[in-house]
Amino acid sequence: MSQNVTDPQTLIAEEPTDESAANRARVSATRLLRTLLRNGKAVAGLSIIVVFIVLALLAPVLFPGDPARITSAGASTPSLQHWLGTTTKGQDVLGLTLWGARSSLFVGFAAGIFSTVVGVLVGLSGAYFGRGLDEVLSLVTNVFLLVPGLPLLVILAAFMPPGLGTVIVVLVITGWAGSARVMRSQAMSIRGKDYVAAALVSGERPLRIMVREILPNMASVVMTTLLGCIIGSIGAQAGLEFLGLGDVNTISWGTNLFWATSDGSLMLGQWWIFVPSGLAIALVAFALALCNYAVDEITNPRLRRPKHATKSTAATTVVRKEEK
Amino acid sequence: MSVPVLEVQDLTVEYVSDERAVRGADRVSFTINSGEIFGLAGESGCGKSTIANSIMRLLKDPARITNGKILFDGKDVLGMDEASLRAWRWNNVAMVFQSAMNSLNPVTRIGEQFVDVIRTHRGGSRAEALSRAKELLQMVRIDPARLRAYPHQLSGGQRQRIVIAMACALNPRLLILDEPTTALDVVVQQEILEQIRELQTELGFAILFITHDMSLMLELSNRIGIMYGGRIVEMAPSEVLRDDSSHPYTQALLGAFPPLHGPRVKLTGLAEGTKFTDIQDLEEISQGHWVAPTNQPALSQGELS
Amino acid sequence: MSFLLRRLGFYLLAFWASITLNFLLPRLMPGDPVTRMLSRSQQRLEPQQVEALRTLMGVDGGPIIPEYFAYLGRILTGDFGMSISRFPTPVSEVIASQLPWTLLLGLTSLIIAVILGNLLGILAAWRRGGFLDSVAPPLLVFIGSFPYFWLAMGALYIFGINMGVAPMRHAFSVGLVPGFNLVFILDVAAHLILPALTIVLVSLGGWMLGMRNTMIATNSEDYILMAEAKGLRPHRIMLNYAARNAMLPSVTSMGMSIGFIVGGALLTEVVFAYPGVGYQLLGAVQGLDYPLMQGMFLTITAAVLIANFLVDLVYVRLDPRVRKG
Repeated sequence: MSQNVTDPQTLIAEEPTDESAANRARVSATRLLRTLLRNGKAVAGLSIIVVFIVLALLAPVLFPGDPARITSAGASTPSLQHWLGTTTKGQDVLGLTLWGARSSLFVGFAAGIFSTVVGVLVGLSGAYFGRGLDEVLSLVTNVFLLVPGLPLLVILAAFMPPGLGTVIVVLVITGWAGSARVMRSQAMSIRGKDYVAAALVSGERPLRIMVREILPNMASVVMTTLLGCIIGSIGAQAGLEFLGLGDVNTISWGTNLFWATSDGSLMLGQWWIFVPSGLAIALVAFALALCNYAVDEITNPRLRRPKHATKSTAATTVVRKEEK
Repeated sequence: MSVPVLEVQDLTVEYVSDERAVRGADRVSFTINSGEIFGLAGESGCGKSTIANSIMRLLKDPARITNGKILFDGKDVLGMDEASLRAWRWNNVAMVFQSAMNSLNPVTRIGEQFVDVIRTHRGGSRAEALSRAKELLQMVRIDPARLRAYPHQLSGGQRQRIVIAMACALNPRLLILDEPTTALDVVVQQEILEQIRELQTELGFAILFITHDMSLMLELSNRIGIMYGGRIVEMAPSEVLRDDSSHPYTQALLGAFPPLHGPRVKLTGLAEGTKFTDIQDLEEISQGHWVAPTNQPALSQGELS
Repeated sequence: MSFLLRRLGFYLLAFWASITLNFLLPRLMPGDPVTRMLSRSQQRLEPQQVEALRTLMGVDGGPIIPEYFAYLGRILTGDFGMSISRFPTPVSEVIASQLPWTLLLGLTSLIIAVILGNLLGILAAWRRGGFLDSVAPPLLVFIGSFPYFWLAMGALYIFGINMGVAPMRHAFSVGLVPGFNLVFILDVAAHLILPALTIVLVSLGGWMLGMRNTMIATNSEDYILMAEAKGLRPHRIMLNYAARNAMLPSVTSMGMSIGFIVGGALLTEVVFAYPGVGYQLLGAVQGLDYPLMQGMFLTITAAVLIANFLVDLVYVRLDPRVRKG
């Protein structure tokens, strides 16, 4: 790969390009963060997520003791004593929802982060080393993308010993392929850039090139992928637990919904039992989607909404400014 | 003098963003007579394409025309409503865009793309439109069987010929060529220019020719306007401009390209760092030779290599 | 055609990988799935049936390579073993009776969501900043954030329990004899509305936003500008030039999303007790019916792969560039 350019003059000429690549990457990453904080959607999304994380962390303070303990008669409607009412068994719904946030957010973020990391590793090494390795990795990625996620989740979770660890592992197995595909195509385009060629001829090691030159320039794509993976993981976890394949003894939004259905609260019209957990899942996913949307808008200005409604084929506007 | 086909008077185009407005074209005036080839030259970003697109009113949202007039055959183009604008486009003015590669719809057969423009403007049956398309392809020396081809099955040169044939489909009075040969190699460039010249002699349309390549420009155009920073800085018949240019920017531009014919000369390149600000309105220094007054000294030749 | 052959080869490979995973999973995981399964089940199995299960799950400690080929052979002849939760029905029979309902629900909602979502996306991109472009994306993203099954619960609660306007469960009314007559078809349609609506609502946003974003990218292509210069009518440019090209990535992503939508449809079935594969899946999970779960995994995977191949066929029709090589 490095044989193409052997002229020492070129090496010298490329040296500054190499440095500015790393610089540019750092600048673009910080600028992305700064611009994000000025974007309304991003701020709204981040605020919602922060609120949920704080509530999850404070659950033992706000709601001390075992949230699954029975505190009143079954299925009482929301009241001053139980703000969100109680389940059919007589557990406090608010307590279950707050405590549920802990494992739901933990599993969602952990599985999302691991999936992204696996995706980055597979995508980057495929794109960087190319040829045989890339072919094999792409093939495996595409197979995993194609195999329907939920049934795969089900058989994996069914055979593995129940527990949070299993859920995370299973979610990563079904979730990494999507991010690997995005990472690969992004890394491929950066791989072809001049500053990577420059780093190659100046004899940098592959790992350093991948981590220092390529990865920082993918900041926004890594970010959107991470957000997407977390959204996917939270949803998949909920689906898995709803089927009873999680650990039904841990409290999470998914198991709350599982118990709500298996106790028949839906059929009995006890909406307060199943609404909070589902709403919480939706709010977190929506907040993450808002952040995602914001990153997209920042990196692709064409997606920003114009101030005025405009038809795509409209002719050029003529504004007559009288005499100036 | 002959009849003007297109009169552009004091045309100003602004790109408006939240913070500021950038002028893409600033009080630009020129006239193109019927059957004439008028060239607009200048470096990238000088406003050539802005002018071309605003004549057909194709510029999109942040761009607006804030001043001036565009008259075609005496009709006010800026006053037309959507429907009459649609009927006027291609029928009277056709345009060949910069990238031949991308101006054809990749998923439809070439023939269909002829048919839809012919039938939209002239009506008639599909068969009639297709036979007209055949004639047009023959005119640019492409096998009429290629009407069944998709754009990706054709070479860049073939595609550009097809676009040119399509531009002639309705016998327009004016053809706008916006850097029609930029994406092509030099040999194909020459063939395309030859083709254009031939068609022009045969069909008699006027041409607005836009390029940054001065040698092509001098070869093809009757009259040339040189643009810089959204303004025309000099306008004259080709020979006058070639031999007697007066504005320093024109001289720099002429020095930046090798002539296609004649002896080899030393290239000077556009002097970096020389900026012309506050360009004045044109003054006529001799018959048909207009120049913007400048206080800056002419660039000395050969300083940069 | 080589494009289609390559795709076909890839799907066969993916299916082979799924079978192999199915074979390896019980053998690699700790514990004895057969004992677990039997302790959960109330069925009284004959000794040779237990033995067959042990061979299927590989707990008899037999040599792995011959077992693998025997397994491949059984799967390819449609023999997925016996279902434990619906003992002694063979797994393939259980699935065969459920699959049509899942196909009906999945296909109906997929087609509606794709067509509606793409149309909305085209219109939103066509009039940037207009009503549709401003209101629909955030609204649909919000709706899309809910888990399928939760939205299904909400729909069932509101329309079924509170208002009583929609059937509560199953695919057709109890006592009705399935047949090709108007009464039955209308009844099936009535039962289909809520589950399909749920799936359409959740998935609509993805289709719409995807199409909108590709349309926006397509709108800045030179051939769109040229079409405008040609003086074509706006709706013609929108459909024949912009949408026709923007559709291509949309079709590609459709293949990818089918698997995801199937997952949503399975969970939706659980809520509505819709007698498809998903509802049976719940039973299989609760009864630790490993053969049934594995059979469902393979069947659904095969269905998704076939659907992807159909999408490829459509793609070849739509994009002249892949037709040759």
